[in-house]
Amino acid sequence: MTADSEVPPVVEMRGITIEFPGVKALEGVDFTLRAGEVHSLMGENGAGKSTLIKALTGVYTIASGTIAVSGVERTFRGTADAQAAGISTVYQEVNLCGNLSVGENIMLGHESRVAGRIDWRSTHREAARHLENLGVQIDTRSLLSSHSIALQQLVAISRAMVTDSKVLVLDEPTSSLDRSEVEQLFGVMRDLRDRGVAILFVTHFLDQVYEISDRLTVLRNGKLVAEHPVSEVPRAELISLMIGRELDELQALSRASVRTVDRTDAPVLSATQLGRKGSLNPVDVDVYEGEVIGIAGLLGSGRTELARLLYGADRADTGRLEMHGRPARITTPRNAIDNRIAFSSEDRRAEGIIGDLTVAENIVLGLQAKRGWLRKVRNPERVVAEYMDALGVTPADPHRLIRELSGGNQQKVLLARWLATAPQLIILDEPTRGIDIGAKADIQRKVAELSNAGLSVVFISSELEEVLRISQRVVVMRDRHKIGELASNDIEVADLVDFIAHDTIKKPESVA
Amino acid sequence: MKRIFKHRMTWPIIALLVLVLVNTIARPSFISVTVQGDKLYGPIIDILRNSAPLMLVALGMTIVIATRGIDLSVGAIMAVSGAVALTIIEGSPAPDSLATVMIAATAGVLVALVLGVWNGFLVSVVGIQPIIATLVLMLAGRGIALLITGGFITTINSDPYKFMAQGYLIGLPFALFVSIAAVIAVALIERRTALGVLTEAVGINPEASRLAGVRSRSIIWAAYAVSGLLAGIAGILYSSNIMAADANAAGLYIELDAILAVVLGGTSLMGGKFSIAGTVIGVFTIQTLKSTITFLGVPPAVSPLFLAIVVVIVVLVQSPQLRDRLSRAVRRVRRGPATPTLTDSGAEAAQ
Repeated sequence: MTADSEVPPVVEMRGITIEFPGVKALEGVDFTLRAGEVHSLMGENGAGKSTLIKALTGVYTIASGTIAVSGVERTFRGTADAQAAGISTVYQEVNLCGNLSVGENIMLGHESRVAGRIDWRSTHREAARHLENLGVQIDTRSLLSSHSIALQQLVAISRAMVTDSKVLVLDEPTSSLDRSEVEQLFGVMRDLRDRGVAILFVTHFLDQVYEISDRLTVLRNGKLVAEHPVSEVPRAELISLMIGRELDELQALSRASVRTVDRTDAPVLSATQLGRKGSLNPVDVDVYEGEVIGIAGLLGSGRTELARLLYGADRADTGRLEMHGRPARITTPRNAIDNRIAFSSEDRRAEGIIGDLTVAENIVLGLQAKRGWLRKVRNPERVVAEYMDALGVTPADPHRLIRELSGGNQQKVLLARWLATAPQLIILDEPTRGIDIGAKADIQRKVAELSNAGLSVVFISSELEEVLRISQRVVVMRDRHKIGELASNDIEVADLVDFIAHDTIKKPESVA
Repeated sequence: MKRIFKHRMTWPIIALLVLVLVNTIARPSFISVTVQGDKLYGPIIDILRNSAPLMLVALGMTIVIATRGIDLSVGAIMAVSGAVALTIIEGSPAPDSLATVMIAATAGVLVALVLGVWNGFLVSVVGIQPIIATLVLMLAGRGIALLITGGFITTINSDPYKFMAQGYLIGLPFALFVSIAAVIAVALIERRTALGVLTEAVGINPEASRLAGVRSRSIIWAAYAVSGLLAGIAGILYSSNIMAADANAAGLYIELDAILAVVLGGTSLMGGKFSIAGTVIGVFTIQTLKSTITFLGVPPAVSPLFLAIVVVIVVLVQSPQLRDRLSRAVRRVRRGPATPTLTDSGAEAAQ
């Protein structure tokens, strides 16, 4: 045991379970936060990070388990309870009032009063003192919204210090900061840590985890995977802890990637220096007929941004696209659909399903949008039945609302929606996330089958085994750059992890 | 039986029937229909006739609300279309000729269509929030109508024009036929083509619809255009009923009645699924309520309060949440007190 364990824990969460209708978001998770440490909470999307934070900050009520703060067991019925217990949160999007002054924001609810009236002069003096503690000197009477996001975050932290917080939760505070702003924030974090504040830090940037944190806890699929001092976990091991190695059941599925792709014709889609300021550095990608291109990289690596640019969901500001060797203009989803490109978003609920429509209506939607409103799809029942059957959607009731289906079946319906439009290229962003193993296998099998029949596929997944198994080539992304491209048939997951972590691979197999 | 109670049209229909029943009990003559010559008369016939303008406006409002929008300008658009039509007839040498009336009515409706297109432009292209975008015309529209009439209440004498709201065809009011034609036309266009389901998709999840390739901009734009067009026809009927273009009184507060009719018919203000049949029931419910007030001799001073109380009751009866809670309370009383569990509140917070 390390010396850390002698410091008494400020927060002790034991056996935390949270259930939403149909899913266990957290299952028996233990989490310990000690005074004077920066503790990173790690995990891919859907791992349960934000659910755990929301349990700690009183947004969600826990179904079972205990939360003790400074050794006293607490029940949080709302965020106010958590704040009263000394837990403050600074979110990714600063949730302060932009139309109030910096001083008002810091001191809101704690203003200095003289005979019942607010003494603004001493309130601002107090606010300035709190800011100076963090090494910030600005006019506290200036409007909050006139400052940068980085400064607003520091204001949010000062506000937490006004309430004398023992625990500070920083949920992705660095995602919109530049390098020097991150440095300033880290300086403040170190300072607070040395004063005995316990900091829970969430970020997708691995470099930052190693730079600032003392310990880390890894969650995966709502379960605790590991808790270690940072110095004891090499980067590659951390990545494999986060992405996991489950799915023995899927190993049975033969590696679809062992198949040669004919690359003599011009690629179906070819992107040259495709990029968008602030979201993706220019990238080259070619997709040939019948080929599955995997995109590997951690969350925030730019993999989703690339997919969205290829589809026209976001507008690229550099680069050009060619289809079958001819220039193509794809700046909106409509353009993409007219070019027979389909795209299934990683955010199934917000960008995929139309929750209050039926399964049948959701399947026909893509085809109907393509035909226009005037020409209603004839015999929708036949199309619907054909694809529901081919993909094995259960329950096999086309008139059920799609939001009542499980995640895996919703995903199958979305796949059906796109296949019904007869695409030549389909971009699948995390099609297997958060769905059960059976549905996962169904979807992987379908993708392999379709690409054998000539469909080109761009396949994005956090699960590297899955990417390797399905695709012939893998584009590797990190920090919004493409760092390389590998032929997938003779590399293993460990090689890919190495590549993501260090840019190098023991036996390089790059494709020009 | 359970399926009947779950059907979303059940409660709106029950509300309407109860209202008719109460009226009939209070004064049995409510449901009597008399024949004079070859025309039908009676309170029910009046309700069918007088509901025509609200029916037209509410149909348009249904489509707009389905796209997650709202159209506050319908009353003002009614005033404009009436003003345009009556000004043309007033200035015409032959106000009694059918051709003049046709031209005047068409011109009024076309101007209304243009105003609807303007609303749609502000919402779908410029991206202004619907409530603000249509507020512009709600306020400016009556000014435009006053400009057209030169600040006066234009009155005319024209038999063909009068026929539209006051005439009879095969024993029934002509306005009723306009109303029925509009319902059928809207229902056919929305449900026989894919427009209805695409509109619902845009209303439920605009981003998912965009990514699925739905032309959401055109669909939203068209909804406001249709709403403007229907309000224009309503404006013609209204001015035909009083044979005057009153820029200040035409269609006053009709947007509120129309929104209420849509909601009573079971279409959510959050957009998405809409029901034309529901809106028809909602319009009849409101019109019946209004005649109830005159019929029962409620003093004018308290009639808004009376209306409000009845509306609150009707809405409460239709609320699934309230029914749910009531039935749960009933069960709890039968079972004895139950302790609420933590998972309950957790699930609520998650939503």
